[in-house]
Amino acid sequence: MNVKKFAPIGYGLLLLGLIAAPFVGAYPVFVMKLLCFALFATAFNLLLGYTGLLSFGHAAFLGGAAYVTGHAVKVWGATPELGLLIGTLSGALLGLVMGWFTIRRQGIYATMITLALAQMLFFAALQMPFTGGEDGLQGVPRGKLFGVLDLSSDLTMYYVCLVIVVLAFLLIVRTIDSPFGQVLRGIKENEPRATSLGYDTNRFKLLAFVISAAIAGLAGALKTLVLGFATLSDVHWSASGHVVLMTLVGGMGTLAGPLVGAAVVVALENKIGDLGTLLAKLTTIDWFNTLGESVTIVTGLIFVVCVLAFRRGIMGEIVAWLERRGTGGGNSH
Amino acid sequence: MEIFGVSMPAMLSQLLLGLVNGSFYAILSLGLAVIFGLLNVINFAHGALFMLGALITWMAMSYLGVNYWVMLIAAPLLVGLVGVVIERLFLRWIYKLDHLYGLLLTLGLTMVIEGVFRSIYGVSGLGYDTPELLEGATNLGFMILPNYRAWVVVASIVVCIATWYVIEKTKLGAYLRAGTENPRLVEAFGVNVPVMITLTYAFGAALAAFAGVLAAPVYQVTPLMGQNLIIVVFAVVVIGGMGSIMGSILTGLGLGVIEGFTKVFYPEASSTVVFVIMAIVLLIRPAGLFGKEK
Repeated sequence: MNVKKFAPIGYGLLLLGLIAAPFVGAYPVFVMKLLCFALFATAFNLLLGYTGLLSFGHAAFLGGAAYVTGHAVKVWGATPELGLLIGTLSGALLGLVMGWFTIRRQGIYATMITLALAQMLFFAALQMPFTGGEDGLQGVPRGKLFGVLDLSSDLTMYYVCLVIVVLAFLLIVRTIDSPFGQVLRGIKENEPRATSLGYDTNRFKLLAFVISAAIAGLAGALKTLVLGFATLSDVHWSASGHVVLMTLVGGMGTLAGPLVGAAVVVALENKIGDLGTLLAKLTTIDWFNTLGESVTIVTGLIFVVCVLAFRRGIMGEIVAWLERRGTGGGNSH
Repeated sequence: MEIFGVSMPAMLSQLLLGLVNGSFYAILSLGLAVIFGLLNVINFAHGALFMLGALITWMAMSYLGVNYWVMLIAAPLLVGLVGVVIERLFLRWIYKLDHLYGLLLTLGLTMVIEGVFRSIYGVSGLGYDTPELLEGATNLGFMILPNYRAWVVVASIVVCIATWYVIEKTKLGAYLRAGTENPRLVEAFGVNVPVMITLTYAFGAALAAFAGVLAAPVYQVTPLMGQNLIIVVFAVVVIGGMGSIMGSILTGLGLGVIEGFTKVFYPEASSTVVFVIMAIVLLIRPAGLFGKEK
């Protein structure tokens, strides 16, 4: 038994589950939001997990693209497909600029640069007239996809969203498995060696940055269409922190990790109030009732626990467990 | 007298405000640099420790009636103690790991600390009165100098220079610098490196808290006051490079002044000017103004 045998079954089941989700009582908008964040985290993981670059500025791509798409659709009257395209391109463009600055430094400095540049975009978004400042961009219509599919129905929007996310996910998988992806992994393992083998590592890193940013932009654009608004919270640095957390919880450098992590983190944030109420009932400790307001504290604690004791993340642990069984079981001989 | 249509006193007062901000940048980036040198950890919690310094000062005044001057010493000591706890409980497990884990761990701690205080005090600002001794302003003829702001700048510069002196000119500082270069060798010479590491973190935390106390009467005291500051300080660190103590101090002060001028001439850009300068410095000198390319 090994990971390779389990993976297709797992993804198949997940896809079936997602196709069936609206019919078994899941609220489509919630699942769509989850899908957008899963895509966002997967795009982020391409950089962190497969290239070894910790970007702390991914909110810029998610939020920047969300604003651009929102503006294009609402004010310019762009069709949804055009809006998504513009959003993705704006993500790529932002990625090109940020990446170009970031690759000038290594390691932790690069991370600080991404954080600072994203913060710059946050202040810009706060001041620019078209973003609506503190109010955000409200009432973005979903429109008709290719002039035919009316997206105002949640169910139609859901399947369109699912198709886009699956395609983008497959694109990332293809990227990781390609020779290009192999070079990225080589850079992550040992950059000087990759350089000595003749690879222009900066160009590879920049391209990885752009791809990651473009897909993060797509996630942001899609999110705007689904929810009908784009707000400052999408460009705030805490959104960048969020995607790091999702990837860390799910397992960085694993394909399914960010999906699992996004599901866990988004579900936790939406349900933590209920969880608190439940705990308060069970334990009769009143404090748990306030758990809903303390999302930050809980999120922070998860960070601390993950870094100290759980660095492989959920999928990382599962993969490691399967591999242990695989080598111990004798099937591999 | 006017320069580019801006009156001289208005400009000088913005310049002073810029110097005040710059003092905080200097103290905080100095602490970050010292901690990074020995612990290899980028301390995201620095902003939270700064906030703790200010908030503890406010709490001591409101609940116990302890005055500013006592807290100027007590708050850094208390927060230094918090630093010892953080280092012993959390940070020491991750020194051998990639840098990113240090950043993420301290980010998590920041969220917990800020979250706890936000759930108690909310996000609205808590006012803190200027200590009586420094109330009012002095008329220098060409400008009105608010006493407290002048004090912040002077106190910060004194603390920064003292830190520079200790690190660059004393035996203790020599151990510290040697520890930054090669901790194992220093340990072999009989220096207790783990204790030195703990104390270094505590010292960095105390510095941040000192800046926090100074900031309490200038800024509104809120549980989130360190949040945006720390990101600006990161940019300051990228611009200056963490290799040089004096470099951190000068970069911090200089950027504060530039920010102050921006507020006069083009206020819209005042929140982003530091980041723009960072981008320019990265283009011209990727290793930072005082950094060495490794």
